[in-house]
Amino acid sequence: MSFLELQNITKIYPNGTKAVNETSLNIENGEFIVFVGPSGCGKSTLLRMIAGLEDITNGEISLDGNIINKIDPSERDVAMVFQNYALYPHMSVFNNMAYGLKNRGISKEEINNKVNDVAKLLEIDQLLTRKPSMLSGGQRQRVAMGRAIVRNPKIFLFDEPLSNLDAKLRNQMRLEIKRLQRQMGVTSIFVTHDQTEAMTLGDRIVVINNGVVEQVGTPKEIYSKPNTKFVAEFIGSPQMNLFNCKIENGIAHIADRKINLNNSTNIDDASLGIRPDDILISDNGQHTCVANLVEYLGSDMIIYSKIGDQEFSCKLSSKINLNAGDTFKFDISTTLVHLFDNTTGLRV
Amino acid sequence: MTKYISLTINHFILSIGLLVMIVPIWIIFASSTHSSLFINTNGLQFFLGDNFIENYSRVLFKQSGFFNEITALKMFFNSFVMATGIAILSVVTSLMAAYGLVYFKVKYATVIFWLIFITLLVPLELRIMPSYIVMSKLNLVNTFAGLILPISASAIATFFFRQFYKSIPDELLEAAKLDGTNSLRFFIDFLIPLSKTMIAAVFIFMFVFGYNQYLWPLIMTTSEQYWTVVMGLKTMYGSISDRFAFVIMSMIPPVIIIIFLQKLFIQGIFQNK
Repeated sequence: MSFLELQNITKIYPNGTKAVNETSLNIENGEFIVFVGPSGCGKSTLLRMIAGLEDITNGEISLDGNIINKIDPSERDVAMVFQNYALYPHMSVFNNMAYGLKNRGISKEEINNKVNDVAKLLEIDQLLTRKPSMLSGGQRQRVAMGRAIVRNPKIFLFDEPLSNLDAKLRNQMRLEIKRLQRQMGVTSIFVTHDQTEAMTLGDRIVVINNGVVEQVGTPKEIYSKPNTKFVAEFIGSPQMNLFNCKIENGIAHIADRKINLNNSTNIDDASLGIRPDDILISDNGQHTCVANLVEYLGSDMIIYSKIGDQEFSCKLSSKINLNAGDTFKFDISTTLVHLFDNTTGLRV
Repeated sequence: MTKYISLTINHFILSIGLLVMIVPIWIIFASSTHSSLFINTNGLQFFLGDNFIENYSRVLFKQSGFFNEITALKMFFNSFVMATGIAILSVVTSLMAAYGLVYFKVKYATVIFWLIFITLLVPLELRIMPSYIVMSKLNLVNTFAGLILPISASAIATFFFRQFYKSIPDELLEAAKLDGTNSLRFFIDFLIPLSKTMIAAVFIFMFVFGYNQYLWPLIMTTSEQYWTVVMGLKTMYGSISDRFAFVIMSMIPPVIIIIFLQKLFIQGIFQNK
């Protein structure tokens, strides 16, 4: 039995919207799980159901062997960091962190010790007497985490906690969250729509779309072997190129091009996917295209081109001399190609 | 240069406004420090006289009313009890009503709210007979409870608190829930401190409202022992300077309350910034 088990969880809102549909998931103790998906895909709803802030329409959640469907959020022993931090505006930083402990009837001395320890760990020990309104965004973020850590819960839940920070601070906090989670070894679930956050933080990633889990796996698995067309498109930057094509006897027809896949598949309506950095540019490549647009990114550059009327991009080192309007030659290696059936959206 | 001109004009206009407000009060105050004889012969006075202590202490401690059963001091006490009672009870009832309406899954909460709100259309003057009958059946005529209770639920205050609670983000409640709070603790630990400034505003408003009541205490009291300041103003027979002194003193309690709570009000605003 896993530490946290979700069995056929369904959430239907009173207005009939199905936010989460028949989701099952097993999470082991100490794992860092990331829920990733586009806005409105149900990832936050799922997290809130684990926290107990949202009723479960159907299914069962069990934590540490106990079914917690009907257990009050305060007794589930979970801590949550909210997107807008939800600090208590009228309480000092110290009281913000101590409030949960006070409600558990812990002695004053112990509260003092715990809060001070956590404040030192997060480097906010100078701020304990301040009110949240006197803190910067990054400091508030730390206090929000401190409030979760000090309770020493069974699970940490993060609901897009980095989305209100600027880019630099976000990277810094991301590393810090990762470091703290490793250090404390507490099972954590992190919700985000940012794939970089998902890839860097998660031990395992759960890709969710339209209330359905598309794929669960390590960042590497998700990136190198996407199970569905949605995952292929969603993970990776720049986006994976997907060509609509017809495959006959292992040969993909894209517009007037033919790509030999070295197998004997037959699909009428397929998508052939290749990541922009897997397109191999070489002077004696099989295919020739015109670069319509070149985006210079420092060490790399991205070339936008077309096969027939289907756009694609490739990413290559900016040391290569190539300008908009030039023709270039490339190869598509069959080992790096991802094939999806368009009718089911599944990997072939 | 234009900045100074506009500043001068602003100050000029403000000064005129201030004078229009202050001068009549000052004249009443200055006149109240002269003897009645002096005012009757010389008219209203702009400068202070030397009968201040004599006049004010006479007014405060003189037995007055139709049966000479009450002093001005007792009237101040009555008014203070009534106004404070109304203010405190209005704050408490409207805080709790708004809490119930916003935070509990009450069916038809909006309908209930509008029913409360509609009572604004039925002011005390309109329901004064039924209110009196209820109070007299409860044997509350000539008591403070009778003076206070019928006007101690405020729809407008409920409305203010409700709107304020609705503006508090849900995450706050959710975070507090995960921190193990219950409904009563949330009310005491969160909503009351967060609405401190609002409470101060409603308190001022309802205190002045209660202090200014005239018709209701007039009907509810047959004993002079329960006369209030506003009733006293109407029935204060005496020399002109005594009446002026009483008018000046009658302004003091609301002014004190406003000055005292304004501090809290401003403090609250700065804290939230």
